[in-house]
Amino acid sequence: MALATTSLLRRGSNLADTSEQLRVLRSSNADDAIPSFAGMLRDRGVGRLTPLEPRVLQINLGKMCNQACKHCHVDAGPDRTEIMSRETLEQCLTFLATSAIPIVDLTGGAPEMNPHFRWFVDEVARLGRTVMVRCNLTIIVANPKYHDLPSFYAERGVHVVSSLPFYEASRTDRQRGSGVFADSIKAMQMLNDVGYGAPDTGLRLDLVYNPVGAILPGPQALLEQDFKRALDKQHGVQFNTLICITNMPISRFLEFLLDRGLYTSYMQTLVSAFNPAAALGVMCRDTISVGWDGMVYDCDFNQMLDLPVACSSTHIASLSIEQLQARAIVVDQHCYGCTAGAGSSCGGQLT
Amino acid sequence: MDTMSSYYNPADLGKFGAIADFQPQLAEKFFAWYGEVFAEGALTQREKSLIALAVAHAVQCPYCIDAYTTDSLQKGASEQMMMEAVHVAAAIRGGASLVHGVMMMNKVNDVSM
Repeated sequence: MALATTSLLRRGSNLADTSEQLRVLRSSNADDAIPSFAGMLRDRGVGRLTPLEPRVLQINLGKMCNQACKHCHVDAGPDRTEIMSRETLEQCLTFLATSAIPIVDLTGGAPEMNPHFRWFVDEVARLGRTVMVRCNLTIIVANPKYHDLPSFYAERGVHVVSSLPFYEASRTDRQRGSGVFADSIKAMQMLNDVGYGAPDTGLRLDLVYNPVGAILPGPQALLEQDFKRALDKQHGVQFNTLICITNMPISRFLEFLLDRGLYTSYMQTLVSAFNPAAALGVMCRDTISVGWDGMVYDCDFNQMLDLPVACSSTHIASLSIEQLQARAIVVDQHCYGCTAGAGSSCGGQLT
Repeated sequence: MDTMSSYYNPADLGKFGAIADFQPQLAEKFFAWYGEVFAEGALTQREKSLIALAVAHAVQCPYCIDAYTTDSLQKGASEQMMMEAVHVAAAIRGGASLVHGVMMMNKVNDVSM
């Protein structure tokens, strides 16, 4: 499997510094090419974004990944060594136990590469919460020690959410690396074999579609039909739901936009598709996002831009649900990615 | 700058709505009708987008090719679907010339002994 790229950090790109990404995002605001997101919320009657009852605790177990996708907003890859320590994982469990948050969403990198991963899944399950894992599929076939992940997941009823940008190899491999599509199909077959993707087993396998390029995702329901038909007919694999996610103009996708001279037109596309109804449903309102080092953010994207929650404390070890509920959500120019068209979140389309 | 120094400017696509500046009533009717044409109907939005892509190639409109390539991708069309749409346009264009060959043959027969 050949990697699609390497991390910004490894390449010494100036975008590896998140303050440079924020400078790019905010400078287009300064010269009026792109209106301020906070101003747009105000002008379109949405107002300030406030927290709802938290529904999802999303935890980034580390930036280490067996893949290096061209559009990765985490700048993850095999060269990244940041992973969540056992101590921080225990702090997450302590926080979770004091809350009633029903879903724990494990992400990365490839979360399975964290050496404490399986222990942590069991501890979360012991607290009676639903575990969701953002599994990149290829990790399952990457090394014999991961071959039993499908049965590990099935025994615990883990909800598996996996990226597959298209139902054809060429488009998938352009974004995620050569051979990724074939390995992903193999992994889906292994998940299907233990009951994932079937309508009556209760074992959910959802796929994530995101556009391979500077375009908005299409209508989720129509694409889901296409994916189901094509994957079943050509490969005999099944899944439950297709989730459409818009590419955020940050990290390696931002690099792609800047390199191709598409940055301004992409931002204008997002701005002109601003949807107030989607803005009301954005995931930062009911999600709490924890970084590999225990820092807490309003969402995964704020995390990747080093924009922590606006609370007096910003670490999972010292934050309470009450403090979080009283916070104002931090927004910036990248937030247009979640409010365009039908809206976008880690759970897919918003409207 | 002389606006006629180049006949096609990509930025002009974004100014399509400005045709209303010279004749607002007709433009308003056109854009309302246009929007309705491309709404989901008996044909899906993607089918309409692929038809538009094919017609764009038949009328060789760079603005339309730009717009409906993006739109087809956004509607989830594959590269293969899009190229097949272009072949449909090309086949109709080629066939339209060739089927007139019958007219030529009729005329040959008319004037020949």
